[in-house]
Amino acid sequence: MWRYIGRKSVIYMLTFVIAVTINWMIPRFMPGDPVRSMLSRASVSDPAALERMNNYYNEIFGLDTPLYEQYLSFWAGLFRGDLGVSIMLYPKPVTDVIMGAIPYTLALLLPAILLSWIVGNRFGAFAARSKILDNSILPVGYILTATPYMWLALLLAWSVGIVAGLLPASGGYSFSLRPDFSWVFISDLILHWILPFLSMFLVALGGWAIGMRNMIIYELEADYSNYLQALGAPRRLIRRYAFRNAMLPQITGLAVQLGTIIAGSLLTEIVFNYPGLGSLILDSINNNDFFLLQGIFLFVVVGVLIANFIIDIVYVLIDPRTRVQMTGGAA
Amino acid sequence: MTNVAGAPGADKAEPTVGGERRFAETLHFARRNPKLLIGLGIVLGFFLLGLIGPLFVDHDPNEYVGPQSQPPNGEFWLGTTSFGQDIWAQFVYGVRSTFLIGFFGGGVAFLVGTAVGFVAGYKGGWVDDVLNMLTNVVLVLPAMVVLIVAIAYLDARGVLIQGIFIGLTTWPWAARAVRSQTLSLATRDYVDLARLSGRRTWRIITSELAPNMSSYLVMTSILLFGGAVLTAAGLDFIGLGPTNGVSLGLMLENAVQWSALQLGLWWWFIPPGLGITVIVSSLYILNVGLDEVFNPKLREL
Amino acid sequence: MTLRVKDLKVYYQTLRGDVHALDGVTFDLEDGEIMGLAGESGCGKSTLGKSLIRLDSRMRHVGGSIELDGKDVPIADDDAMVPLRYHEISLIPQYAMSALNPTRKIGRLVTELLRARGVRPGDIEDELKRRLELVGLSTDVLNRFPIELSGGMKQRVVMVISTLLNPSLLIADEVTSALDVSTQRSVAESLVEFRDREYVRSMVFVTHDISLVYQMADTIMVMYAGRIAEKAPVKTIIDAPRHPYTQMLISALPEVGSTSTEERLEGIPGKPPGLLNPPTGCRFKDRCPMAFDKCAEQPPLLEIEPGHWAACWKTGE
Repeated sequence: MWRYIGRKSVIYMLTFVIAVTINWMIPRFMPGDPVRSMLSRASVSDPAALERMNNYYNEIFGLDTPLYEQYLSFWAGLFRGDLGVSIMLYPKPVTDVIMGAIPYTLALLLPAILLSWIVGNRFGAFAARSKILDNSILPVGYILTATPYMWLALLLAWSVGIVAGLLPASGGYSFSLRPDFSWVFISDLILHWILPFLSMFLVALGGWAIGMRNMIIYELEADYSNYLQALGAPRRLIRRYAFRNAMLPQITGLAVQLGTIIAGSLLTEIVFNYPGLGSLILDSINNNDFFLLQGIFLFVVVGVLIANFIIDIVYVLIDPRTRVQMTGGAA
Repeated sequence: MTNVAGAPGADKAEPTVGGERRFAETLHFARRNPKLLIGLGIVLGFFLLGLIGPLFVDHDPNEYVGPQSQPPNGEFWLGTTSFGQDIWAQFVYGVRSTFLIGFFGGGVAFLVGTAVGFVAGYKGGWVDDVLNMLTNVVLVLPAMVVLIVAIAYLDARGVLIQGIFIGLTTWPWAARAVRSQTLSLATRDYVDLARLSGRRTWRIITSELAPNMSSYLVMTSILLFGGAVLTAAGLDFIGLGPTNGVSLGLMLENAVQWSALQLGLWWWFIPPGLGITVIVSSLYILNVGLDEVFNPKLREL
Repeated sequence: MTLRVKDLKVYYQTLRGDVHALDGVTFDLEDGEIMGLAGESGCGKSTLGKSLIRLDSRMRHVGGSIELDGKDVPIADDDAMVPLRYHEISLIPQYAMSALNPTRKIGRLVTELLRARGVRPGDIEDELKRRLELVGLSTDVLNRFPIELSGGMKQRVVMVISTLLNPSLLIADEVTSALDVSTQRSVAESLVEFRDREYVRSMVFVTHDISLVYQMADTIMVMYAGRIAEKAPVKTIIDAPRHPYTQMLISALPEVGSTSTEERLEGIPGKPPGLLNPPTGCRFKDRCPMAFDKCAEQPPLLEIEPGHWAACWKTGE
């Protein structure tokens, strides 16, 4: 078991190093002078500020030092928690900007992932091998999972938010309110949360339902299911086993799908103007704020790695096979 | 989709079936599988629309050709944008670029994924270890976010570049799947025989391994195609699409940027999203159909 | 008389038509009898084994009847078969290595299975432990997951589980083919012991390995192309087979106890006929050295001496 976790950890460390290296390489190896193109495209009008920023970024990039030194100092900065300073919100540190957006993204992402996973698995298990349900849930699932996140978000924002006027379709909270711990603010927060959550939930739901349905069919064809059937075990028992065993690959699927769902949440946020990382990405692209963009990249990667690690541990705890292998109890 | 076609042993009682027979049988099931027929029909329909549609548009799709913010009517089938652009023209060009990016991005991912999967599964040993590690690393990296950062730095972007980037980040699951299939085939007698007779690795892969999992490869490529379309749409939507190009994702971006929602110009943002959804879901349903046709266990009797 | 199968016909449905996997099979199985069921692969022996307990979705009961202890066995009706399964008719499957749910401890699996079949697990716990010990397993396996057991151990666990409710009829389908020779022997010996202790009343032992059957079975039934060629006590089949096919089968064995028939059988020239459109008359006639005009007619299965049945025009003479 420890070998399993250890091997996974190595992969995650390696991934982190590679991600940081990509992050370091991109501005340096893409054509053009990153500082000049960044500043020329950024709309900074005050010449004094421009000069200050120019010096600052030249120093940060350290373009006149050898590459390996640039690389090492990049890592050194990283360990100090220094991701540079945002251009569009100059002189606010990138880390602070990102920290302000993360709670919103997590508030969308975590419930959407977990609930869609749980509900999707139920639906999928339900549909498997029951003809009527299979023929209705399956196409719906495929359509949902083929829907671009932003499009379903647009449809909901337009229909429920604008045409019907039932729920707010833009922002994380009303303009008239200031964030505090009052009941008014919190309920406002929740109202703004519903539509973006719902749209992510629905798209993700389709994928899980389909995955579960396919896994269950596979399990129901497995030898152990046939054996139980031959011994006259009731369908209920066989399906229960199949469901449990099909859950295991679905947990792995959670890790694999994480990237896609995060991408989906970024797109959904943009549609709803929700003040999380997605909107921040759009702003940083529009303002050529590459420090911010790269900072977000690192944060997302670290988040994905942590989530993967948690999923691995859960998997080991749930699947007796990996658990047995790790205690070395094989006969 | 781990449950894959070609599993042997399903029909023991049947006498051995020759290749031609099997082909005829597959065709028989294919013609009777509604999922496959419907999916294929819709995909082909859109493909033709993207191929032929633009030929009937006699102006640049981004040109301001008509009155502003017109709902769908006889002259402008899907209405116009708030600048007076013809949405139907944008749509057919967008469908064309959707297929382009699907072929291209999906194609690159397919080449990388299957190459890595075949070599890792067939060679084994340290080659497998290294490739497996690489696969796992790329698998964990959130592709979209990598793409956003990488593409954001490019000044001029085109479908080609976008396709290559998408291909280079979305191949890992295909590599994994192909690898595990290869592992199960690599120990078969005929592969052993080929190996003993001193054939080169790539010859064995192309002449012994690939043909025996062709149905699986077809399905993999379809899924990669769909994935590339969705990823590209997301990138376009963030504003990282082809510069000065037309795509369904860019149409969505423009619609949002110019407040189509608030202005109630539903004909601006519904068609492009619907186009993507219909194309990709048809591909997926086509894939289920193929799975049922190729895999006797899934056939309904 | 435990089991009485009369003119059983079970076909596989395929696109190109029905495959006549069992085409009129008739035999009896006495109380306490262990019958080896042998033949080339594709002769219908596994189909017969399956038909006695559960038809899979592509199999169709076309005709004939099965009686167990005087009661009809409604094999065409899946629901009506449920009460019989496990209690009266049980199975040790070919795939015993993977027959156990990988994510359940074996003890819990047994408990859940028994409860689902209306048996209080507590009533049978001691018996379960006794039988595990009988086949040489420690009762500790109940606290293990299947992955923790070796192939032979899994095989024996399945053997104990399948026979726990003392069924009248046990079908053992190629149970030894995945095992090494010494394990094969001990599994076979355990099965005989189970019969002797009356854990199972009678047994159909499907195999392609005649030499193994020779050591454990009372009778051997040889099938060919969906029909029965010959059924007789073991000694008769080995020493004095009457059906030409059985004769060739036995003479192809170099000596009892060394090899399986599977490869040997390929020494008989020709191939068994396809069962999609089986030929009329005797199905062995194209490969039979003794074939003559009359073989164009289907030979009936006749009792040529007490307990010895054969379907060949030549044996009647």
